[in-house]
Amino acid sequence: MSVTYLEAIKAAQDKALADDHRVFIYGQDVGNFGGAFKATEGLAQKYPGRVLDSPLSEDAIMGMAIGAAIEGARPIVEMQFADFSTCGLNQIINHAATLYYRTGVNCPIVVRLPSGGTPGGGPFHSQSMEALYAHYPGLFVVTPATVEDAYSMLLGALEIEDPVIFCEHKFLYNHLKADSLPTESLPIGKARIARPGRDATIVTHSAMLHEALAAAEEIAADGFQVEVVDLRSVKPLDTDTVLASVARTGRLLCVSEAFPWGSVCAEVIARVTAEGFGLLDAAPQRLNAKDTPIPYHPALWGTHRPTASAVASAARQLLKG
Amino acid sequence: MSEVVKARKSAGPDPGQQFVKAYRIMLSARVLEEKLAALYRAGKIKGGVFLGRGQEALSVSVGIHLHQGDIFAPLIRDQAGRMAFGDTILDTLRTYLGSSLGSMRGRDGNIHRGRPREGYYAMISHLGAMIPTVAGGLLARRFRGEHGVVGATCLGDGGTSTGAFHEGLNAAAVERLPLVVVVANNQYAYSTPNTRQFACADLVDKAIGYGVAGHKVDATDLEACLKTVGGAIAAARAGGGPQLIVGDLLRLVGHGEHDPGKYIDPKLRKQHVGRDCLEVAGAVIVEKGWATKEDLAQWRAEVKAEVNTTANRVSREPEPDPGEEDWCAVSNRELEDNFA
Repeated sequence: MSVTYLEAIKAAQDKALADDHRVFIYGQDVGNFGGAFKATEGLAQKYPGRVLDSPLSEDAIMGMAIGAAIEGARPIVEMQFADFSTCGLNQIINHAATLYYRTGVNCPIVVRLPSGGTPGGGPFHSQSMEALYAHYPGLFVVTPATVEDAYSMLLGALEIEDPVIFCEHKFLYNHLKADSLPTESLPIGKARIARPGRDATIVTHSAMLHEALAAAEEIAADGFQVEVVDLRSVKPLDTDTVLASVARTGRLLCVSEAFPWGSVCAEVIARVTAEGFGLLDAAPQRLNAKDTPIPYHPALWGTHRPTASAVASAARQLLKG
Repeated sequence: MSEVVKARKSAGPDPGQQFVKAYRIMLSARVLEEKLAALYRAGKIKGGVFLGRGQEALSVSVGIHLHQGDIFAPLIRDQAGRMAFGDTILDTLRTYLGSSLGSMRGRDGNIHRGRPREGYYAMISHLGAMIPTVAGGLLARRFRGEHGVVGATCLGDGGTSTGAFHEGLNAAAVERLPLVVVVANNQYAYSTPNTRQFACADLVDKAIGYGVAGHKVDATDLEACLKTVGGAIAAARAGGGPQLIVGDLLRLVGHGEHDPGKYIDPKLRKQHVGRDCLEVAGAVIVEKGWATKEDLAQWRAEVKAEVNTTANRVSREPEPDPGEEDWCAVSNRELEDNFA
């Protein structure tokens, strides 16, 4: 048996619906159609009345989820494409994120954002929003990069009494397979050493993990061992694991698919330079997507986002420094 | 038990009794807000003060028809509706004066207060946002198998121009939720008049577009408000789906106490819409013989004394202490402490 990243997300929702009567799913086309990417396929039939098609209304979807959460429900919201979540941004950042601090009432919502690029996705179906949401107090932001994490972190997110922005990567949906679903897992908030090394650290998350691992493999042929840290969760950010890795290697490259300005990379590098400046043997570097809207043509898109060869090239520069 | 709760419990079918009860809540809201304005001018209030003067009849009619267990998400000019739903003079003053004992503990203030666990949602400033939120609360109640509950929220004419108003009403209509949306068409959104706010003939016509029931009311007339709002809430409670009520009135003050409202057309003040609903309702009470002018003056004096005593008490209460504040925006301390 093998399980894809997408099937893991569906399985986690299936388990959540089965285990907890407070859970329901709300979003565009999530009902009988099974979701634009089929992440909820079959669930509406299996759990009648608990997997609801919403109107085309991100603001209303989020507002409804907040009201339901106030009343003790555990909504899972699917945003169809992460890009469209900006239409519900007000409710997410001004309402869901502030509710607990203002009123002491919990707002346990999981917002699923099908994130990141796929060839031909273009400027409105390819964005990575994790830094945007991490900017706001009151939200947790997670970015699973593996099938196992997609499953366990979605279940973990549903146990958190605060709003969780769940950034699932569309490129991984069907590309990534695992032998089985995990029974044990790292908790949300903890980073993972995805590949040990001694010469440099690449800190990354989500789909870029796989580009970074491929780059590390490529560089190994040159005789360098690059350590790869998978953040798993953007907020909370596991600074300790990052610093421990940099302490071993002395060099840091941070890679993210998001735009460069104010990205997760910017935050990681700010923390490492502030808290671990003495650990660094070279200036920390970052590799992000280019600072333009995300292009449509696969040839342009493939260059816009960091690829394994771009990561390898940046890492080689870092190793020379 | 507060006066308000006692009054709610003793509510009977007698329309005169309900009218007088509503009037007394309106009067309490008016007197309390006069005190808030005075405190603001004296520099004692943190942040802004926004009065509901001229909107008490519409607002109180919402709160008075809601039951315990219903949901209410009031907007800025709903002091009367809030008090009818059970909010107190004490907590209003605590919130405005920044007492750490208030329901918002100094973390949020004035009109943003609420007690969501009690169905009294705390508004955000982004207009229209509470419409889908109340709808979601009702959806969760439906999941729990609760029937006969109503959720109400209010906004002004300006709020009807927002996407949230459209999206929220539409989504609630699709689910046929027992949502009541009350629009106080007070002629101005801050300084922007109706002519620059919407181009439809009447805001109540928007109801047709969403497939919800629409109601129109003269919001200077308490009796009409009680009847129309009460009817709409009853219709929603009985399974009639969302209801939109538009009440015509004039905001008798500026947007907030910082705003003298010089842009308000003086001609409007002389028209029917410019009547003060509190004065109109008081005259009805005297005319019908439910109370005398002296009674009305006595009621006002009683509330004024309670407001003054409460304000003095609250002014001696502790303000929030930044050293005691946990500065944590999430409930999950373990995640916050270990990893953030």
